[in-house]
Amino acid sequence: MKAHAPSRRDFLCSTSFVAVGLATGGYMILAPDYAWALSTTALDAHTAQTLLVMARQLFPHDRLGDQYYATVVEAVDKQAASDAALRKLLTDGVARLDGARGIAWVQLSNGARNAVLKTEEAGEFFSTMRTATINNLYTNPLVYRFFGFEGSSVEHGGYIDRGFDDIGWLPNA
Amino acid sequence: MAKTFDLKDDSVVVVVGSGAGGGTLSNELVQRGINVVCLEAGPRLGLTDIINDNGAMFNRLSWLDKRVGTGDLNATLPLWVCKTVGGTTVHWAGASLRFQEHEFRVRTVYGNMPGANLLDWPTTLQELEPFYARAEDKLGVTGTSEIPRLPGNNNFKVMAAGAKRLGYTQVHTGNMAINSQPRDGRPACHQIGFCMSGCAIGAKWSTLYTEIPKAESTGRFEIRPDSMVVKINHDTSGKVTGVVYADKTGTLQEQKARVVCVAGNSVETPRLLLNSQSSKFPNGLANSSGQVGRNYMRHMTGTVYAIMPGRVNFDRGTQMAGIIKDESRYDPSRGFAGGYEMETLPGFGLAGVASNTVAGAWGLDYAKVIEMYDHFAGMWLVGEDLPQAGNGVALHPTEKDKHGMPVPVVHFKDHANDVAMRNHAYKAGTAVYQSLGATQVFELPPFPSTHNMGTCRQSEKAQDGVCNKYGLTHDVANLFISDGSQFTTGGAENPTLTIVALAIRQADYLADQLSKNQM
Repeated sequence: MKAHAPSRRDFLCSTSFVAVGLATGGYMILAPDYAWALSTTALDAHTAQTLLVMARQLFPHDRLGDQYYATVVEAVDKQAASDAALRKLLTDGVARLDGARGIAWVQLSNGARNAVLKTEEAGEFFSTMRTATINNLYTNPLVYRFFGFEGSSVEHGGYIDRGFDDIGWLPNA
Repeated sequence: MAKTFDLKDDSVVVVVGSGAGGGTLSNELVQRGINVVCLEAGPRLGLTDIINDNGAMFNRLSWLDKRVGTGDLNATLPLWVCKTVGGTTVHWAGASLRFQEHEFRVRTVYGNMPGANLLDWPTTLQELEPFYARAEDKLGVTGTSEIPRLPGNNNFKVMAAGAKRLGYTQVHTGNMAINSQPRDGRPACHQIGFCMSGCAIGAKWSTLYTEIPKAESTGRFEIRPDSMVVKINHDTSGKVTGVVYADKTGTLQEQKARVVCVAGNSVETPRLLLNSQSSKFPNGLANSSGQVGRNYMRHMTGTVYAIMPGRVNFDRGTQMAGIIKDESRYDPSRGFAGGYEMETLPGFGLAGVASNTVAGAWGLDYAKVIEMYDHFAGMWLVGEDLPQAGNGVALHPTEKDKHGMPVPVVHFKDHANDVAMRNHAYKAGTAVYQSLGATQVFELPPFPSTHNMGTCRQSEKAQDGVCNKYGLTHDVANLFISDGSQFTTGGAENPTLTIVALAIRQADYLADQLSKNQM
């Protein structure tokens, strides 16, 4: 009955993050259920929220909570703090996403969001976010273990006694 | 114990680079009583610096100084080689294969191939066999002498099962320079994975913890890390007299030398010769043939990944201990000259698979592919590519690095024969996995080049190449090429064992010449 359960993507669209301006000039972005928070210094709250949704849209895994995608935003925000060109690239990119259909990109349907992203595919904004998502989402041990990459093994003595040759499904001939 | 030599000491042999060529040559020379200074551009790491983290080790080991790639190459990272003591032997996978007899005389066997700059080697397999045997003993290559092969991991078992279904017969865990049992003071492989991030226990041969410390223990050897050689000096007679290098602080120093041996890998070696131009050598050192920097080869490569019906965990265990050799034969009826090997290759972590499986891909379908990570199997395809005069290394006309040395521009375009071979190899690799019910198969284009060859090639005649069969340059009586740059052609086999065999032979030759006062 999986088809009837709301996916995280749908959930995301029907719920909004809570953004709080900080005295330091950045923003604190709280998850809808207040389970976690993301803080930014270079990016405004709307840009940060949009990039979070974009990271999920690029590599959507229903099993992963938004806090893992938030690490992507934290990483690009940190870089943008000392890289004005990157900050502009991200801010302008989000503005283009929003401008494409006349309403905020995050408010679009899943299909419409994809269609708008498709028009950005060849550009630097898109490739920057795609690379940032791969490099921050999939290098997180809490994420990669989930998908079967087991990470560092030397401290466990490698796999010599832990299943390097444990495959069980191959045919005999 | 480790020694230091004076910059003005002109009795030393200077070796540029400390990898498979330079590191081996250095140790072989000092074992014969010759004093050697080895200049290495990168820093010196220890085993404790090697961790199981693909991204961190890539950044720690790789040569990331600016290079411009053109043609079919990655524009910003045309090569995946190392800048560290031990060179690319820290990163290499350990596959140690001898060339086949015909691969030393491809101009004769393949005939005239339009667009290719084919040439027979000035050496034969028969001549190299004793040196191959010494190289295999040095590296402890599995499947040679009495050394048992490594056990097969899951990724190998998948490949072997598919190979069997297709009727391939030459299938095993390879000839690997990775200990299958303790040897030479180093432990047996623990099936850690991460071979190409550096072997954290030293089971894989690397000059970093074999040749270099052995050389130091003679008291005749100095390795100088963080020393980037920018120019080779010569006297009015045309003999080289020393090298100019930027030390750790960026200060230029000159180390005098009796003989200079260059082993900087196939981009830096010709770059150094070209940058050493003078009024006497206006086209660069040892370049009367015009062949310095030409005929760059990187092997025909490609990767096949497949999503299998069951779990594989292809990152577990020795990364490249698995080979199908049947397609490495010479058989032009397949529509191309030369042959290729099929070797196991894992995924370099979840980020690696996400980056590489389908370039630029994103969205729900691709996310579902990534979620099948533990069902992935993978193999690397590696075969002979043809030398072409237009593929090579040149100095950037305007752009310079921090030492004032022109940035190298590396150009490579596939020959039609390379393309035909790759297409054949993709089909063969795909068939291996489909025979076992793979649900999806992916054909990946070449990664940044790890096998780099041919830019200062050996030739019988001075007009056809840069050096002779000992690596001695045709033009300069005391200048040697000591790395894969000297390959006349590339063969189907991973190049390291041949680089080591040539380095041992060069050491024999050079020691003999020095003992006769010929240099």
